[in-house]
Amino acid sequence: MADRRKRQGARDGRQKSRRPGQDGEGERGRDRDHGERRDGGERPAARSFWSGTLSFGLVSIPVDVLSATARRGVPMRMLAADGAPLRRRYICPRDGAALRGDDLVRGYEYQRGRFVTVTDEELEALEPGKSRDISLRRFVPREAIPPLYFERSYFLAPSGGSAKAYHLLAETMAQSGRAGVATFVMREKEYLVAITAEGGVLRGEILRFADEVRSAEDIGLPAPGDGDPHRTQAIGRDIDALRAPLDRDELRDREADLLIALAERKYAGGTDVVRAPEAEEESDEPGEVVDLMQVLKERLGASAEAKPAQRAPRGGQARGVAGGDRARADASEREQSREELYERARALGIRGRSRMTKDELADAIKSADRLTG
Amino acid sequence: MPARAMWKGTIAFGDTAVAVKVYSAATEQRVHFRLLHAADGVPVEQKMVHSLTGQPVATEEIHRGIEVERGRFVIMRPEELEALTPEADRTIRVTRFVEPAEIGDAWYARPYYLGPDGDDEGYFSLAEALAARGVEGVAHWTMRKKRYVGSLRSHRGHLALIAMRRADEVVELSSIEPAEAEKPAPEEAALAEQLVAALAGDFEPSVWRDQHRDRVRELVARRASGEDVSIEPQAEARAPVPPLTEALRAGLEAAREARGG
Repeated sequence: MADRRKRQGARDGRQKSRRPGQDGEGERGRDRDHGERRDGGERPAARSFWSGTLSFGLVSIPVDVLSATARRGVPMRMLAADGAPLRRRYICPRDGAALRGDDLVRGYEYQRGRFVTVTDEELEALEPGKSRDISLRRFVPREAIPPLYFERSYFLAPSGGSAKAYHLLAETMAQSGRAGVATFVMREKEYLVAITAEGGVLRGEILRFADEVRSAEDIGLPAPGDGDPHRTQAIGRDIDALRAPLDRDELRDREADLLIALAERKYAGGTDVVRAPEAEEESDEPGEVVDLMQVLKERLGASAEAKPAQRAPRGGQARGVAGGDRARADASEREQSREELYERARALGIRGRSRMTKDELADAIKSADRLTG
Repeated sequence: MPARAMWKGTIAFGDTAVAVKVYSAATEQRVHFRLLHAADGVPVEQKMVHSLTGQPVATEEIHRGIEVERGRFVIMRPEELEALTPEADRTIRVTRFVEPAEIGDAWYARPYYLGPDGDDEGYFSLAEALAARGVEGVAHWTMRKKRYVGSLRSHRGHLALIAMRRADEVVELSSIEPAEAEKPAPEEAALAEQLVAALAGDFEPSVWRDQHRDRVRELVARRASGEDVSIEPQAEARAPVPPLTEALRAGLEAAREARGG
């Protein structure tokens, strides 16, 4: 579960093209029934990893959810001495058997060594009528949400002919300075979300639930007291002397820069370079990379005179040579593929999918496709 | 019972130095499951295996590599990674103070509370000075062998430090102008505004409960007590979607009724 959560937070703005008829159309099609397909299936569409319906009052807006954050740092893979990437395998300690996804079940330990089991299907069935519905029930002042609550950020893109209602909500929220709050269930877990509008784009900020944020009293901090007036003044002068705009460069991950630089030096010098055995090479066709801005523009029916699309930060950042960026891009594509495979597996009702690796998901989908024609 | 501090450091900028303790402000509440072998109910073990041979690889024989080209890796040696580990340091250095609006919501990753470490006066003086200006400090610190950048701010009379994401983790977009045909009509805009106003309220975190988590807890508790609980998948019913203006009107009426009654 912890792994999945991590993966969920690891989407990237870079999107790969999707051929019509490919990739879980059954699943996505359900949300699209509300409006005609805008893109006629010809233009590249973004890889979203979840679709739902945003609603306020009785207005429904089918949306695709795209991650606004990526994973920190340089992805490293575990390798064998011959350069072959390692895979995680689950083993039964009793008989040493290697297990596959459908051999596994989730167990809750209610007493030491004693478990009750719960299936994915049961967890999903616990969502009474809430599945895929993000119903905005309250609009709160944006600045009233303390930053301690913010957990993760997503972009919402309209799917199906919902662009007009989407614009309406974005404009109204921007003008009122309010965020719409809702809870919704995604992948067997409930989330609290604040929907905000920025620059004509709706975003979903996942918030912590109240019992996931400790209070100062919980921690045992002394009750707020008074400072010393002279010291407060002196500190205030120090603060004022350092007032400056935020500099994005200050937020760069310099350790990742150093690590990539080192990897590139070693690669150029031929030190510790290994090639993965043939069979391990990705079978994925390298797809056309479309950026998030482009996707949103297409979905939002924005005019051609709109601001030029800004590349997703991966491509736009100054970070050096092909190696590092390439390594990151490949890794994120791999991540996205797993999310997509998961959604397809979900659409096909494949059991045990949440515990499957990417390869296992691909195998299971292949078998399911064979069975269903 | 008071929580234990996870780290101690000194906030430093200009001539200001305030010693603080760091506490985690987030506490995860999810229901934890373990993976079991379905056939015999035994918790499974994880092993790393060679992707071609399927043979287990011992921990000391596992290398870590960065993929520089598809299928080509540079192996990073443990001593090389160790050399990149930042040195331990007890300073929380604030480099600048910014308007909160400059930091988008997506940047905030993980919150910590700060508590005074012997200097209550300095602690509350700093909290006051920050609150009076409504600014956030951009702070750098190294905690448990990892570098952090975060926002130092006042939170209801106390100090909070929120670890932020790094530049390449956050996707930023330029703004989008809707096409003429997609722009809402004035009547729709007016109705939507009234609807938002009818549903306006304060942010009260305790109003929102993780009901799904409650149900999962209830399910496992009932099963643990020996009850035979079966969960049937429910069909999802979708109401037909009315035209936009109608939907806005009906929604507004419903919201006003709910508020009135």
